[in-house]
Amino acid sequence: MNTLPTASLSADNVAPIMSVRGVNKTYAGGFQALKNINLDIRRGEIFALLGPNGAGKTTLISIICGIVNASSGAIIADGHDIVRDYRKARATIGLVPQELHTDAFESVWATVTFSRGLFGKPPNPAYLEKVLRDLSLWDKRKQKIMALSGGMKRRVLIAKALAHEPAILFLDEPSAGVDVELRRDMWRMVRELRAQGTTIILTTHYIEEAEEMADRIGVISKGELILVEGKQALMRKLGKKQLTLTLRQPMTGIPANLNAWSLELADNGQALVYSFDTQKEETGIAELMRALAEQDIEFKDLRSRESSLEDIFVSLVHRPKETAA
Amino acid sequence: MNFYGIRAIYRFEMARTFRTLLESVAAPVLTTSLYFIVFGKAIGSRMGDIDSIGYGAFIIPGLVMLSLLNESISNASFGIYMPKWAGTIYELLSAPVSWIEVLIGYVGAAATKSVLLGLLILATARFFVPYQIAHPLWMMGFLLLTAITFSLFGFIIGLWADSFQKLQVIPMLIVTPLTFLGGAFYSINMLPPVWQKISLFNPVVYLISAFRWSFYGVADVDVVMSIGMTCGFLIVCLTFVWWVFKSGYKIRR
Repeated sequence: MNTLPTASLSADNVAPIMSVRGVNKTYAGGFQALKNINLDIRRGEIFALLGPNGAGKTTLISIICGIVNASSGAIIADGHDIVRDYRKARATIGLVPQELHTDAFESVWATVTFSRGLFGKPPNPAYLEKVLRDLSLWDKRKQKIMALSGGMKRRVLIAKALAHEPAILFLDEPSAGVDVELRRDMWRMVRELRAQGTTIILTTHYIEEAEEMADRIGVISKGELILVEGKQALMRKLGKKQLTLTLRQPMTGIPANLNAWSLELADNGQALVYSFDTQKEETGIAELMRALAEQDIEFKDLRSRESSLEDIFVSLVHRPKETAA
Repeated sequence: MNFYGIRAIYRFEMARTFRTLLESVAAPVLTTSLYFIVFGKAIGSRMGDIDSIGYGAFIIPGLVMLSLLNESISNASFGIYMPKWAGTIYELLSAPVSWIEVLIGYVGAAATKSVLLGLLILATARFFVPYQIAHPLWMMGFLLLTAITFSLFGFIIGLWADSFQKLQVIPMLIVTPLTFLGGAFYSINMLPPVWQKISLFNPVVYLISAFRWSFYGVADVDVVMSIGMTCGFLIVCLTFVWWVFKSGYKIRR
């Protein structure tokens, strides 16, 4: 019988395509960029590494890709140790760097051909043509890279990273300096790649991007991986809902007999905001409504909003450490 | 061995030459022609023969070596410095290529360019002075060995340099004086005995001497000694590059 396993089962049973074990990085100046990072990436997923600037996202990617040496720890990519078996490991990885580093004087076609060769793959013009067409670069293949716009250069970098048909694709801040249209295009392309079986790891500090695309999210802050969760689970677990009531009469303070609810005043007393946990059986909304009616507090509008990943992220990064240092 | 990788680097570097054909080829040919006009024709016509070779013909091997050294160093140092400067080195570092493959690609391309240039200068010289090549195979051998050794040296400079100034400083302050004092325009036997001894510490003396021997069968220093010195320098450079890649010095943080 050939039944499809459920999502959670398959995720747990399949061997990870990449595992990071106990990776530390201290730069020559003494700055500790990464602290004991342990992370498994599942085959075929889109994993978003989320964190503020300077959190260590790029350092982690750079270590996996071979650009920076780890101080300690081990990384296995598609079954190959990235140091001992670097040829096989690196051949499975494609990297789109954050900065627009390009060979200005090269043509688009020359640069993707170069990338494919550099990664040890025999020429395959038909494949490269497909990559360029998918990225809307085919018409520009003869142009010098320096003549392209920033967004187009970003596409060229993606094409270079895909030139050797990697199983794992790293996108380091893919949306940095990219307009809305290109961002949408890129998201679409990333989903297509995933559909073809490519595992995608992206770093971002745009929550919108992670929320839009990721299957799982890792949050990194000050060199530590503070959380790894499925996006849905994360939003469920930490998700809060807010109910905002627009009042008929502005209030100066919250009446004492409403203290049972966590209420806040907003808009100079024009609105009353109630935050509640979506996971709880009792949200307390019905009781609040009754209490408001008893107090003769009238409202003309009400709306409720789920907290976004951004709210969750901010609360995580700024949360005081639970374990004593 | 990642042959596709080597080929990609080699082609990339050769494409860079052809893109900048004017500065890569035309400029050194023009400079050398000027040397021939000034030293070969104008001044040379008033000079006596050296080792019974006419002065114009005498300076040909030295001039070829002069360009070969400069071009090997600048081609190779530029080749590896540019990706560092432009940031595109990330791709090289993340690629499944070993240091030896990177080296074959970059140094191979730089040496190819400078050998082609050396031959072009020889052809240019034909227009100014008649000369013969007594040992053509040895001549090609010396040309190749020197081009490879000094491309390797240039590669090291390119790895070490972290600014365009540093890229220029060693060729300008060390290599150019050494080549001028290396007997390109004179035989070191013409120097006072003390300076002859000092000259023996200049590696370029051995290169030019051996190269001139392949043309006219006369040399300032023993040919075997010259080959030994060049190979020794080649090994020093190789060892250094090996260490650089192993330790990640200036490349991998």
